[in-house]
Parts: sequence; structure tokens; C-alpha cells
Amino acid sequence: MSSFHTFPEHDGSSFFDYLLHHRPDLMPANRDWNGEAGPLSDPNGPHRIPSLPHGTTVLAIKYRNGVVIAGDRRATEGFQIAGRQMEKVFKVDGYSAMAIAGTAGPAIEMVKLFQTELEHYEKLEGVQLSYEGKANKLGQMIKANLPMVFHGLVVIPIYVGYDHRRNEGRIFKYDVTGGRYEESEYHAIGSGGKDARNTIREHYRKSLSEDDSLKLALLSLYNAADEDVGTGGPDLIRGIYPTAKVVTEAGIADVGDERIAALYTELITERKKER
Amino acid sequence: MPLPYYVSPEQMMQDKAEYAKKGIAKGRSIIAVEYQDGILLVADNPSASLYKISEIYDSIAFSGAGKYSEFENLRKAGIRHADLKGFMYSREDVTGRSLANGYSQTLGTIFSQELKPLEVEILVVQVGETDRPNEMYRISFDGSIFDERGFAVIGGRSEALQAFLKERYKADESSLKATLTLCTAALENITSQKLPLEGLEVAALDRHRVGRKFRRIPIAESRQILT
Repeated sequence: MSSFHTFPEHDGSSFFDYLLHHRPDLMPANRDWNGEAGPLSDPNGPHRIPSLPHGTTVLAIKYRNGVVIAGDRRATEGFQIAGRQMEKVFKVDGYSAMAIAGTAGPAIEMVKLFQTELEHYEKLEGVQLSYEGKANKLGQMIKANLPMVFHGLVVIPIYVGYDHRRNEGRIFKYDVTGGRYEESEYHAIGSGGKDARNTIREHYRKSLSEDDSLKLALLSLYNAADEDVGTGGPDLIRGIYPTAKVVTEAGIADVGDERIAALYTELITERKKER
Repeated sequence: MPLPYYVSPEQMMQDKAEYAKKGIAKGRSIIAVEYQDGILLVADNPSASLYKISEIYDSIAFSGAGKYSEFENLRKAGIRHADLKGFMYSREDVTGRSLANGYSQTLGTIFSQELKPLEVEILVVQVGETDRPNEMYRISFDGSIFDERGFAVIGGRSEALQAFLKERYKADESSLKATLTLCTAALENITSQKLPLEGLEVAALDRHRVGRKFRRIPIAESRQILT
């Protein structure tokens, strides 16, 4: 209740800054891991946190009306499978979504903080941030996570959204220093990211339809799972499939499990015929 | 050293209360009414951008009457409190009751300790999910808190509005149209002039919405509802 006793000097519209000044204990990167940062060159350093769940292949592809963003469901801890149903694609607000690769814990926390950040700004200011503004803010949050990178806790997202000023879907990728780069067609990250990108590159065309871009996304995840141990393919026995969302002018929409299952059935039937 | 003038505590509180009441009486009024889908909020507000009604959290809205700078500060503090709580715990742990209590504490402390009391009256309303009732709290300048049923009124001429609504509000006739008509009639009655829709700020907490239940109702839509 501390915010109520006196009006805070802090007068910004950023939830991130609010936490930083008033509740630094809740900041992801400010936690005391009780030790000097173990440099990356010393992976067995005493303070490097041993195998935590990791997220793996996530991708985004632009199409005629917007962007499709998708990810597999597997989480790994070293050589063990830590989870089969992990969700790596998140709705951030009404018009943008992010997909994460890296250490699951801090990644999910970053998503939650970013969601709160955008909603907080919108409520205080009465208007939404511009898409550009949202993408920059995410870059700053990744930069703030840099100290954690030295403990091996890397979080890298892809951020997609619909930019109403430009009337198009946009894709941003990031590096661990918060560097923000725009991709004009597609991108994939994570341990199977390269394999996914290879597939997309072969089949990508400008102005794909929603169905085709979704099929391409699922095919790329399938191929990535084929090559990369860290990426999970469609699990037909348990009925677990990669998740996807589409972002268009109208906002974010989940792609239903049935639609994804149907597309995979189609894809697998084709594969079998080819053999 | 000259002795400071003695003012009895009773006198001091009375003076402060009078001062605050005077400030609030100058302001325009705001009504919150329960309707079939949730809670409707209507403010007599000629500005299209300086809002008096605002979203705090998923099912909670805020509304302030009196001095703009003061209730705007309270609004922001409320959003910070709610977002922090939702981030730390879970979205469902953010409640209107705890927010109303926080406001009551703040206003009460300022009223008794500061030289100048806040010239504001605020409403914190929360729409209940299907099986839970709505909650409406009115908090006045000295921190006193009232749990309202059916409708709540803040701002200048609130007694006249209260009387008008008490006579006409019927819980079983609560379509959006009937409720909005009632609110405009009430505001027109106390200002004794025809209020154009451009001069009204209308928003609703609609329990049928998924996630964030707050929504502003633009002028064009209000017009459509009323015809």
C-alpha cells in the first residue's frame, strides 16, 4: 500500500520504471544471485545456474494481411525434456504478440512485465503506445536483463504487431544487449531457428495468404524438430501441437488447435506419399 | 515568542470540511448505475479528452469529481496500486474493496494532517462476474466511505440527483437504453437544460466482455442506443 501514503514523486507512465524506483526487489534483473557474475567463458563457474528449462524454436512470417507467429511446445533441461506443453507465443496486448526463446523462467517473467507495462501506459495516458514505442520499450527491458545473461539466463524474443500508422504487420528481433532490428519478411530464433529459417527461405513469397503462411510456419517447425533435439514436433499421440497466433488490422487471433491439427494431418499425409 | 492562535479541533475540521464541500459543489456531477450487463457511468463533462471516468483494472473503474489535478493524481495512484498487485500476485487478486480502502486511508490522512483537504469525491466501482454482485464505493473528501447499491452519485448537486434517481431507478428496468436515458434525464433535471450528447462522457463495465471489462461508449454509439 506504500503508493497510497503519499503521492509518489515518480510521475511517469512506465510500470517498468515504477518497479525500478519503488519495488526494485520485483525487478527481474535486480535480483541478487549472491555472487560475482560468472563470465560466459567460464560455464562451470560457481554461480552459473545449472540446467533450467529452455524454450526452443519460435518464428514469425509476414503475409498479406499481417503476421503469423508460431512456436513449438518443448522445453528442455540439458538432455532431458522438461516440458511438452510449454506455451512460447504470448499475446502482449490487443495488437501485438511475442514469442520467446531462452531460459523459460525469466522469459515468462519478461512477458508478464511487458504486458503490464503496455496496459499500464495505456491506462495512465489514455492512449496506446505506438508500435514503434512498444518495440523500443521491449529493447530496453532486454537490455536491463543483460546482467542475467552472464549467469547464463538468456532471454531473446521476437516481437510482432500490427502498425496502424503504416498499415502493415511488422516483425522485430532482438539481441541480448537490447539491440532491436526489423525484419521485413520473416525470422526464426532458438536452437532450431536456423533450420526453420532455411525452410522458410525456400518457400517464402511476398503476399502469402493467411493459410499458406500458417502452413509454411508449421512446416518450418516440423523441419526444425526433425533436425534439432531441442525442438518438439507435433505430438500426434498426446494431441499436442505447436501454437500460433495471427496479428492483423483487426487485432490478435489465436489459431485454434483443430485448425493446426488439420494442417499437420494434411502435411504428414503429403510427406508419406512423397516417400 | 508569540503564542500561536488556538483553534479547537472541531472548528478546524469544520472549516476544512466546508472548504472541501465548497470546492466539490462547484464541479459537475457523475452518476454510476447498475444495469443488466454491469455498471454504467455517465459524467457531465464538456471535454472530450480530459476524462472523469477511467479504467483501473479488469473489472474496476474509477471516477472523480471536484478538482481535476487532485482526482487525476488519485486515479494514477490507483492504477499503480492495481497493476503492482496484479503483477505481484494474480489478476484476480486486485479488488475494488482494497482499492477503495486505500483511497479512504489516503483521503482521511490528508484531511486530518494537511492544511488543505482534497476537494474531491470519488467512486470506485467493480462489476461482479456472473455469480458475484457488483460493488460500488463512494469515498468523500474526508475519507469516509459509503457502500452504494443500485446507483451512486458524486459531484455538485449530488443530493438533488440522488433524490431524482431514488424516485425513478428501478432495478428490473435496466436495459442499457433505459439506464442511459435515466442518467441523461437526471443530469438534465438538475442542470435544468438540455444536455447535448457531446457534453456527456459515457463508459461501462460490461461483465460479458472477456478480460478487461471497461469500455468507453462514444457519442455516436450513445446516440444509437438512445434512439
